[in-house]
Amino acid sequence: MSFQPVILWTDALVWLLVLACMGFAWHIARTPALRASWHKVLVRPMGMSSLAVLALFVLLGLADSLHYRDRLDNGQLDVEVKSVLDIALAPLTAHPERTYSAPLATHAQSRETVERPDGSVVREAPRLQFGGAHLADPEKDWLGDVLARGAKGLMLGLFASLLCVGLLALILSTLWRCTFAAALARLRLPQNGDLAWRSLVLTFALLLLATGVVASLAGGYHVMGTDKVGQDVLYQTLKSIRTGLVIGTLTTLVTLPAAIGLGLLAGYFRGWMDDAIQFVYTTLNSIPWVLLVAAAVLIVQVFIEQNEASFSSVAERADVRLLALCVIIGLTGWTGLARLLRAETLKLRELDYVTAARAFGVSGPRILLRHILPNVQHLILISVVMDFSGLVLAEAILSYVGVGVDPVMNSWGNMINAARLELAREPVVWWPLLAAFSFMFALVLAANLFADVVQDAFDPRSGVKHSDDPRSGVKHSDDSRSGVKHTNNPRAAGTEGQA
Amino acid sequence: MIRYILRRLLYAIPILIGVNIITFFLFFVVNTPDNMARIHLGVKHVTPEAIEQWKAEHGYDKPLFLNREQGGLESVTDTLFVDRSLKLFSLEFGKADDGRDIARDIRTRMWPSLAIALPVFVIGLMANVTAALLMIFYRGTRLEYAGVVGLIALMSISSLFYIIAGQYFVARLWQWLPISGYGGGIDAFKFILLPVLVSVAAGLGSGARWYRTIFLEEIGKDYVRTARAKGLSELRVLFRHVLKNGMIPILTGAVVVLPLLFTGSLVTESFFGIPGLGSYTIDAIRAQDFAIVQSMVFLGSALYILGLLLTDLSYTLVDPRVKLA
Repeated sequence: MSFQPVILWTDALVWLLVLACMGFAWHIARTPALRASWHKVLVRPMGMSSLAVLALFVLLGLADSLHYRDRLDNGQLDVEVKSVLDIALAPLTAHPERTYSAPLATHAQSRETVERPDGSVVREAPRLQFGGAHLADPEKDWLGDVLARGAKGLMLGLFASLLCVGLLALILSTLWRCTFAAALARLRLPQNGDLAWRSLVLTFALLLLATGVVASLAGGYHVMGTDKVGQDVLYQTLKSIRTGLVIGTLTTLVTLPAAIGLGLLAGYFRGWMDDAIQFVYTTLNSIPWVLLVAAAVLIVQVFIEQNEASFSSVAERADVRLLALCVIIGLTGWTGLARLLRAETLKLRELDYVTAARAFGVSGPRILLRHILPNVQHLILISVVMDFSGLVLAEAILSYVGVGVDPVMNSWGNMINAARLELAREPVVWWPLLAAFSFMFALVLAANLFADVVQDAFDPRSGVKHSDDPRSGVKHSDDSRSGVKHTNNPRAAGTEGQA
Repeated sequence: MIRYILRRLLYAIPILIGVNIITFFLFFVVNTPDNMARIHLGVKHVTPEAIEQWKAEHGYDKPLFLNREQGGLESVTDTLFVDRSLKLFSLEFGKADDGRDIARDIRTRMWPSLAIALPVFVIGLMANVTAALLMIFYRGTRLEYAGVVGLIALMSISSLFYIIAGQYFVARLWQWLPISGYGGGIDAFKFILLPVLVSVAAGLGSGARWYRTIFLEEIGKDYVRTARAKGLSELRVLFRHVLKNGMIPILTGAVVVLPLLFTGSLVTESFFGIPGLGSYTIDAIRAQDFAIVQSMVFLGSALYILGLLLTDLSYTLVDPRVKLA
């Protein structure tokens, strides 16, 4: 069966962002100061662990950003847009049920009127078409089967983790120029200045164990149950990762140019330019954030409804709305960082090296680019990393208000929104809600912990500390002065305050 | 002082005009009244007459900026912009799409919002400060490290989770409190208790973490060392000196939200069925009632600007060194 690749707008931008990140990584590798800061991040166990978790999420999101459409036998394109992740998750989607079923269940959630072979009619919860269908007597065999599959998964995960440890030790042994055994020993008892490889290995092993168990159980059950139309909840949650990541990252593509450009200009040139830019961001700031986003999204919605015909598939329409949402949040959310950069530039422009550059006749734009920008880049990085988690959380709020992503799109916000009614059912349908919340929690927690470590490492004011003391960084973390997390940030006010 | 306040109030006018232009642009220029009528009448089977009639009924049948049918000054004043935007300055909010008077709705719905938001603000502030002080007291120990990670975990949980979990366990499963609704008088207490507790819990993570950094900054200052050198106990240093000085940035930082307490919170109110301004706004967004949304935007912006002014004034009150020019 042939296929045709489909490049959605957000796909293109996501891969562009990946390219940019690679360029940034190359830049870091060449700049000693930046390398030292990132080294500080990766020495901390927390930094390495959270990075490992984030990397897994990003990997899933990237796999979900390679889209294609199958070519059917009659030469037409399938209406459904699939992604590489869909191929990997095919076992999850291959066996839908009819309606709700609990995690690992063998019977449907609700009773139905069933006609027995002998003609009598009873009301009972019917067996599922897939979940536990291989069991002869679910009452008796279920626990044993689940445990057996779980144990098999654990073994698989353990085997895979050992393989990973071996591979890492092999790589490190060439890096450290020592034997394989010595590398293993050094992994276990790290020397001073080593990156936190042990945390990486432990986190990775835990993730692999969990994946092993889930994958093994998924062979015979719906691990996180099924939703109203019988679709696998685990599949939906995994597909939602991309939505969260896209909102958290693409928004910065819009925010950064506006925030950096306007912040630096206002701070450096002062005068009427400062007044004008300050006026713009005070105005934007004073509009309640959710309302501003809501108004803009309503307009996009009308626009999409009027141009329904120009979208060749539902996925494309949902994608345009997602992109529009990112742009809107970005356009309304640059004020916090801009204000911060303005304040910092006001200070920097009076420093000797800038005055010297001015005295040498270096032009304004060149000073901004060569002398000011490199000295505020830690603020930019910290704010990007910190905003990420807020944006993922904001998506859920916006979807609840009704101005989030397209209702057909897989997203945690949409899952939570749907789950509110499910909680009122009898018996309670709790698993879609729990699945969405726990995955969102994992991503946001990893991002927040990572942001905390990054902030410690990059904030020059938290300089006095010993990198071997795990507490030192946290103790000195100084976010009120660097101002990034100051709640004057409209986005923070929007999500926290309005909630 | 009076002159400063007057000047700041004058400065607020261009910002409010800016807000008005943005919202007018969003609601009426990009999204024309024709579109609005179509949304309300249903996208299909809409005749031009029906649209005209809807617009006339709801007062959207005037030109946007310039009325060519009128002469003289009337040609500028008899327009949608004046009707829908400039009149907001005189607090004339007009009528909602269902014909209700928005100003009246706001006046009655303000109080339930305040009944939730004010306790959340006060209790939240106390809870955050207490948590932050506790962590300062145990600073440098494993307990504090666990506390910081715990706070990060708390702020990583979606605020929706706090609401849904609170409603499910406290109200539905254990039936301690009503699940949603609102009542007057002494009855109100049992209705507002759950939303207040949930909101305080949801804000604890980021709030306490922020206050902790403020206290940490204070504790590194010279006066603390002096106090310790005098032989004061750590508790006394914390409560008599650090708390007092740390409250300056905390309180001045909190002043900006004071006026906004009136507008309530969108999600909490709509989950708990509180008839406040937050749920009013959310209903308006869902019903695409632009007159209400625009009024709420104006109100929110005006209150925010008031908050900024109060913040600056509060600096002079708590710190005599600050002089307002």
